[in-house]
Amino acid sequence: MAIMSFIFVFFFFSSLQPILSLYEDQVGLMDWHQQYIGKVKQAVFHTHKTGRKRVVASTEQNIIATLDLRSGEIFWRHVLGPNDVVDGIDIALGKYVITLSSGGSILRAWNLPDGQMVWESSLHGPKHSKSLLLTTNLIIEKDNSLIVFSNGRLNAVSCIDGEVLWKKDFEEESLEVQQVIQPPGSDFIYVVGFAASSQFETYKINAKNGELLKHESTAFSGRFSGEVSLVSSETVAALDSTGSILLTISFHNGKISSQQTPVSNLLEDSLGLAVIIHSSVTGIFAIKTDAATIFIRVIGEGKLEVVEKTNHETVVSDALTISEGQQAFALVQHAGSNIHLTVKPAHDWDSNLLKESIKMDQQRGFVHKVFINNYIRTDRSHGFRALIVMEDHSLLLLQQGAIVWSREDGLASIIDVTTSELPVEKAGVSVAKVELNLFEWLKGHVLKLKGTLMLATPEDIAAIQYMRLKSSEKSKMTRDHNGFRKLLIALTRAGKLFALHTGDGRIVWSHLLQSLHKSESCRQPIGLNLHQWQVPHHHALDENPSVLVVGRCGPSSDALGVLSLVDSYTGKEFSSLRLVHSVAQVIPLPYTDSTEQRLHLLIDADKHAHLYPKTPEAIDIFQSEFSNVYWYSVDDDNGIIKGYALKTKCSGNVADEFCFDSRELWSIVLPSESEKIITTATRKLNEAVHTQAKLIADQDVMYKYISSNLLFVATVAPKASGEIGSVTPEESWLVVYLIDTVTGRVLHRMTHHGSQGPVQAVLSENWVVYHYFNLRAHRYEMSVIEIYDQSRADNKDVWKLVVGNHNLTSPVSSYSRAEVITKSQSYFFTHSLKAIAVTLTVKGITSKQLLIGTIGDQVLALDKRFLDPRRSVNPTQAEREEGIIPLTDSLPIIPQSYITHSLRVEGLQSIITVAAKLESTTLVFAHGLDLFFTHYAPSRTYDSLTEDFSYALLLITIVALVAAIFVTWILSQRKELQDRWR
Amino acid sequence: MKWVEVIVSFILTLSFLSFPSCGFQSDELLVDDEEFGLEGAPQHRSPEPIPTRSPPVTSPTRKRHSDLDSDSKIQFSLDHAFGDSDFSPAGTFSARLKTWSHGGQTLTKLRFSRNSFSDVEKEKFKNLLESDDFYRIRLPSNVLSPPGRDFIISSVKARCLPRESLDEHFVIHMEGVNVLAVNYGSPGSCPYPRNLKLPAKWSFSSHTVLKNSEQAPRAPVFTEEILGGENAEGEVVQPAERSFWAKYWMYLIPLGLIVMNAITQAMNMPEEQATGQVPAQGQLSAGAVQRGPSSAVRRR
Repeated sequence: MAIMSFIFVFFFFSSLQPILSLYEDQVGLMDWHQQYIGKVKQAVFHTHKTGRKRVVASTEQNIIATLDLRSGEIFWRHVLGPNDVVDGIDIALGKYVITLSSGGSILRAWNLPDGQMVWESSLHGPKHSKSLLLTTNLIIEKDNSLIVFSNGRLNAVSCIDGEVLWKKDFEEESLEVQQVIQPPGSDFIYVVGFAASSQFETYKINAKNGELLKHESTAFSGRFSGEVSLVSSETVAALDSTGSILLTISFHNGKISSQQTPVSNLLEDSLGLAVIIHSSVTGIFAIKTDAATIFIRVIGEGKLEVVEKTNHETVVSDALTISEGQQAFALVQHAGSNIHLTVKPAHDWDSNLLKESIKMDQQRGFVHKVFINNYIRTDRSHGFRALIVMEDHSLLLLQQGAIVWSREDGLASIIDVTTSELPVEKAGVSVAKVELNLFEWLKGHVLKLKGTLMLATPEDIAAIQYMRLKSSEKSKMTRDHNGFRKLLIALTRAGKLFALHTGDGRIVWSHLLQSLHKSESCRQPIGLNLHQWQVPHHHALDENPSVLVVGRCGPSSDALGVLSLVDSYTGKEFSSLRLVHSVAQVIPLPYTDSTEQRLHLLIDADKHAHLYPKTPEAIDIFQSEFSNVYWYSVDDDNGIIKGYALKTKCSGNVADEFCFDSRELWSIVLPSESEKIITTATRKLNEAVHTQAKLIADQDVMYKYISSNLLFVATVAPKASGEIGSVTPEESWLVVYLIDTVTGRVLHRMTHHGSQGPVQAVLSENWVVYHYFNLRAHRYEMSVIEIYDQSRADNKDVWKLVVGNHNLTSPVSSYSRAEVITKSQSYFFTHSLKAIAVTLTVKGITSKQLLIGTIGDQVLALDKRFLDPRRSVNPTQAEREEGIIPLTDSLPIIPQSYITHSLRVEGLQSIITVAAKLESTTLVFAHGLDLFFTHYAPSRTYDSLTEDFSYALLLITIVALVAAIFVTWILSQRKELQDRWR
Repeated sequence: MKWVEVIVSFILTLSFLSFPSCGFQSDELLVDDEEFGLEGAPQHRSPEPIPTRSPPVTSPTRKRHSDLDSDSKIQFSLDHAFGDSDFSPAGTFSARLKTWSHGGQTLTKLRFSRNSFSDVEKEKFKNLLESDDFYRIRLPSNVLSPPGRDFIISSVKARCLPRESLDEHFVIHMEGVNVLAVNYGSPGSCPYPRNLKLPAKWSFSSHTVLKNSEQAPRAPVFTEEILGGENAEGEVVQPAERSFWAKYWMYLIPLGLIVMNAITQAMNMPEEQATGQVPAQGQLSAGAVQRGPSSAVRRR
């Protein structure tokens, strides 16, 4: 018996093998993936067919997506690329999604159920113009057709195959076509526009063959401005360029008649500059001024009447035909924390088809767009649902006075990300809600054991998988021992700050920053970056950590800056200030004050340095390190890199003791005719390097040149800064520099002839890896440069170390002459890159891997050992033991090392690595349109048991062993007794 | 014989085709050693009195313009500044401008003549040493049409320079006739707590190095060995196959122990019973002999 149990036990142990890569059932354990579409520009509903109700949306990120109207999930989605801006979308024939993109030159049809492209046709014309898409139910030669105006040409395109049925050019140079109108039930089209901004033109065109039926034009004394609003199929409303005179122009039967009405006649008080709001509601149009929105009805021949004037933020939807001859439109207005959704029939302003008030989260800001759709209620009346786009780019569906679903599409445009620790678990804090009881814990482990012993039924396996995925452990709101649970704080383009939990990716809090809110003094606020302001650890543990958000009021670099401080636990903006200077650079200094607030130096456009926080304590700390602060600036346009140090207090007329003048210490001027800076890279400030010494094969030591002031600069020939293939190899070159940013010394300079950008680079420890295109080899290449310090190289004698006669402990100064040697090597690489990063661990012991964002929007891990400049064709035995891989000409792409496994991070922009507390593990966050997060262990988790380690199995093994010991003991006792009795 | 020639020529063309980049290896920018001419110019001060020489130091700059078109010899000046003062001339670099057949121009044989400090400058430098401030130098960014687009500035803490004399070290990074950057500082180390030390001699000993860009190493080109290389690399990722013993010794040893244990137990068991059942065992063994060795196993 004992033997049997021993054999069993050993059999169990031999079946426990370490996990080498990700298995299918591990997907989703450590990683999460979220898909977004961005800020919706236009939405079209598809509900009148039986089957799944959908909404088709085009976004500012150039995405076409169809969403489930019930849940908001994405059915399918296409990313059209940065240059393929969507101009218009529509649904044709009830089964095709038609998109017009790229400035009206590409027309595509996608199959609505599955998103397959059905046809694509390119439309070119004589000149650049506004693009308009109009779906009609016109039948030309038995084909349903689309009318597209783009590039100065009117096209009729067949819906079936995208063939152009007829085309008509509008070549007149100054003609700006504003609207293409097809009066319902007719077979002609009006093309309406302005010529030379002061002449109104109408063209009546036969819709069957594109023949010009009639052309009329009328000149006006004033000039037109901006858009026109369609009041009926034969009337438009427009504003003149001063914004003070309203024009209603009707062109019934091609005969133009117009009415001019000064805005002041309609309203008593003057309003300032007004603009017309684009809408298509029959009989009503809206104008908007700074203070108010005014709805004006057109009665009869050009008579105008103000129906409503609101001072609230108001958004109008397009008209929706609900039944024969009846149109409705929606209005959304803000009132406190509620929004009012009103649907009105077009012909009667005073009656409402629907009036709902919905409580709205203040953090979503104002409503930016509204799209409505109708349905038949169970009582046969008309019901309406509205899709609204908010200021923070989120998308919500409203129906029956409630929010049916919401999507946080602001996360599709993340500008910067930082992390924050979660609160420490305190004794008093109750976490019972997420804690499991003992019975459930045991049950879980029994299930796991069953799984390990392959006794589990399919239901059990499903239960195990569910348990693993929904493990409450990973989504707790407290700090964990391994440092896996953190908050990812992301700043989005809409000026909203999100905190995502790393465990499951849920939004812990979100906050629309007041400082990045549009206001009188700050018209175009943009967020720049995020910094960790306060990371309490030792003596300030009761304080919450906080982040610093830096922004500026406008796109130019000399616009005034804005700062806000946000609590990382609650998302409260506890301080926000408008700066009196611009922000060109933000330098987090390595000093903190007594409350662990980090000192930051903000450099403005005039090269003055401003110290934050503005406290006397900060200035005391700063004064002692005053002479050790250096920084640099890279001027990409002129090819000049300059280094600065601090000089004195600002000499301006305002006494500001937190402002300092700078002085120029060094400059590097690259010849503008031969070099243009395209990429720079620096080391991460928080990167830890475990050891400076590197043991090489023959028991020799090399010392890594580790300086946090290393700057990598890549330049290309100015001619070769364009697309790949635009120059010959002889005309293009790539020069790389390694520069010390304190003294401006060029430590290494190297030229790659016949190569060109784009260059992606990453600098870590003492090496830099960069990726570029080799024109001669017609392939992408990756190169590595490693830099070693020679000034310490003679510390090899053991006796010297024993006696203390070495310079290893002496402080390093940038002013010492750098005695460095570099080693470099290039390898071919198959992919082009979107981003490159390197794994980051807490102590820097674990070997490094490169994380490569491929063109296919995946993240590939590549061992740094493949990019070792010391690889040779036949490494010696000693070198092999050290881990040198025999030289190959290209870098391998191992399919198992895609850390995104089967997922894609659509529109990948950057990869962020954060160290966990566990040395073996790094946290990887990749963002673009989608978000992806995972744990990654470059050398496997050598310092912890894997997640699916079965403790129950271990327990049972021990119990079995103890039992076996007892049994054998009893057996031997008995045998002994028998022996004695004999 | 003819087909041999054909094959040879074929192989030759093949090799040319397959190593197009190898043929390029001898590029023009692989400059000869002369380019990196290190011309130390420890120009010792002439004993004549210098104090009055501070105004006329501008003369070398003037001379440069006349030299420019006469010969391929050129000169460009080094300016210096003490702390935040304005720049003033401090010395002259002279070099030979070599024009290559393809139109490129490079400098060779760089020499440097340093003006020695005037008393005023000496005083200023002493102040710098006392306040641990910066000594700054600048060069034109284009040696043919100075100052080019901008000046190349470099600076060093003044306390790094004094040794016996004032030791300085220039590494001038050039691209054709453009100066990109200059690494300026002491030739040795300058450890951080910089102590105030006055030089014994108020003269400069200068070392200058001219550096042009290095050619990057090419990606290795394998034509045949690619497969072999990849195999070898797979070998490293998955270590070479070990013997069965090497792989499973940790299981085999305990297993062996168990087996041995079992054997000894089994040996003991018959012994116990041996006394009482001798005839039975005899029968059994007889049967075993009849059936052959296979049953011997079964007996255990």
